[in-house]
Amino acid sequence: MLRYTVRRVLMMVPLLFLVSLGVFALVLMIPGDPAITIAGENATEAQIDATRERLGLNDPVLVQYAAWAGNALTGDLGSSLFSNESVTGAIAGRFPVTLALTLAAMLIALLIAVPAGVVAALRRGRWQDRGATLFASVGISLPNFWVGILLIMAFALAFPIFPAVGYTPISEGVGAWARGLVLPGITLGTAVAAEITRQLRGSLTDTLQQDFIRTARANGLSGRAVVLKHGMKNAAVPVVTVIGFQVGFLLGGSVIVERVFGLPGLGDLAIRAVLQRDIPMIQGIVVVAALIVMLVNLVVDLSYGWLNPKVRQA
Amino acid sequence: MTATALDRREALAPPEPSARARFVRRFRRQKLALAALVYLVLVVLAAALAPLLATHDPLAQNLGSVLQQPGGGHILGTDDLGRDVFSRALYAGRVSLVAAAQAVGVAVVLGVIPGLIAGYAGRKVDAVIMRLTDALMSFPPLILAIAFVGVLGPSLTNAMFVIGVIFAPRFVRLVRGTVLSIREETFVEASRSIGTPTPRVILRHVLPNALSPLIVQISLTAAMAMLAEASLSFLGLGVQPPDASWGSMIERGFRYTATAPWLTVFPGLLIALTVLAFNILGDGLRDSLGREIRRGS
Repeated sequence: MLRYTVRRVLMMVPLLFLVSLGVFALVLMIPGDPAITIAGENATEAQIDATRERLGLNDPVLVQYAAWAGNALTGDLGSSLFSNESVTGAIAGRFPVTLALTLAAMLIALLIAVPAGVVAALRRGRWQDRGATLFASVGISLPNFWVGILLIMAFALAFPIFPAVGYTPISEGVGAWARGLVLPGITLGTAVAAEITRQLRGSLTDTLQQDFIRTARANGLSGRAVVLKHGMKNAAVPVVTVIGFQVGFLLGGSVIVERVFGLPGLGDLAIRAVLQRDIPMIQGIVVVAALIVMLVNLVVDLSYGWLNPKVRQA
Repeated sequence: MTATALDRREALAPPEPSARARFVRRFRRQKLALAALVYLVLVVLAAALAPLLATHDPLAQNLGSVLQQPGGGHILGTDDLGRDVFSRALYAGRVSLVAAAQAVGVAVVLGVIPGLIAGYAGRKVDAVIMRLTDALMSFPPLILAIAFVGVLGPSLTNAMFVIGVIFAPRFVRLVRGTVLSIREETFVEASRSIGTPTPRVILRHVLPNALSPLIVQISLTAAMAMLAEASLSFLGLGVQPPDASWGSMIERGFRYTATAPWLTVFPGLLIALTVLAFNILGDGLRDSLGREIRRGS
């Protein structure tokens, strides 16, 4: 397991390098002169020159990249062009909100998807199965900002049960914090729930048709024990994969959901940065987002080794 | 002479349904997918015929009748500037559909060619192309799209180009997989052994066999592209006013959630139904592919 872990971690290095190249290249893609774009259209010649000097744009591209990547490795992603706030600090400050939102979404997704997927697999072809399949198709087709607005109309305006907008930090009370995350969590979690339902239904159906399940039943194990002990563990591998894939989706979706519900998270920071063309901030957010996705995929891959020992030798 | 003899023998043999005929027969049984196809045709027609169907000028403001409820002179009501929501939705449908088509087009072009090369060229080229797609896939799609649009400047064309780039790896993988399985087939080997040049082998044998899974992927990607366009336009990074797409209509209507819910409900319903139709159509097409086509042989 250790060798497998080390090899898998080393595989991240070239990927990380490519990702850093891509993020750095964002600056090169700015149409025209980045110094003018960044300094603003009304900047004087001297201001533009100063900006160029400050950003190191006079250096050869390779030197620029080395400087940027070297700093990034030490956790220094530069500073905002507008507030002079450090990018790393801004991201760290916003991160708890986005983390809370994505965890809430994942929790809600699993609460919906696991029962729905299991029931669909056990009642294959009956109305429960058709219902779960329909939910899965519709769930991935709904624009999540629209779901959010509908939820606000229903549960914040028509029946004021949950707050429509805003975020309550956990330090101001766990109850208020959790209440504020219910509607955003459902909004972000619906599509994820649909995807996991679909995957769980498929993989559990396949698993339940295997010989060892029949053997377990023949040995007199109850239906519940068969499904929970043998079925679920073996059906888990594809489901865990899908959960890993969803993290990228959750991070992207949080941009929208944070906008709809006025949550001060990473997505909100990203939108502000984009509207201001705050390039270092944009780069920092993209790097962090890619890093999170890579780390989650690492955990997912390592969990295969735990769920299925055969993978370790592969 | 031999050729005509062969032709005659083929003509006399009992007709064996071609893979395509079997596909059409299977697809016809998919009632839901057929309904989705009909719906999509209607939506495309409505968008194309928008000038004929629109009851009002989609850009004409009438500050005397803002935020009118659906009914009366305006089927779907009016927005905050007194513009007719139904007429705007028709024209916005054009924008949304064309945008999705652009993104899918970019994804196909940027995906199919590297996919063919990766599958056909040697291991080194293949490894480079696949690592690049891996790197592209480790960015959360929407975050990457937002970053690109932030750098290039907000416009629908930029947004859709970026979405296309982001979806391209799916096509790279699909085409590469098909090529890898087909290049070992006997008929390809036969074609190569009589000296057919590689580009011709690809055009004659590989691409036609990759076509069916490609169409499935196009339909599913269209659904995702539509959602992506709606999301970016909702964030104000896609279509710019006074033009509207369904996503940007929701963005505008969002400010009047409490007083004029129809401004967000109708465009959202249109997006949801159209995306659902693309998804159902894609699933239906995939289920209609026999195993022989799905493997790509």
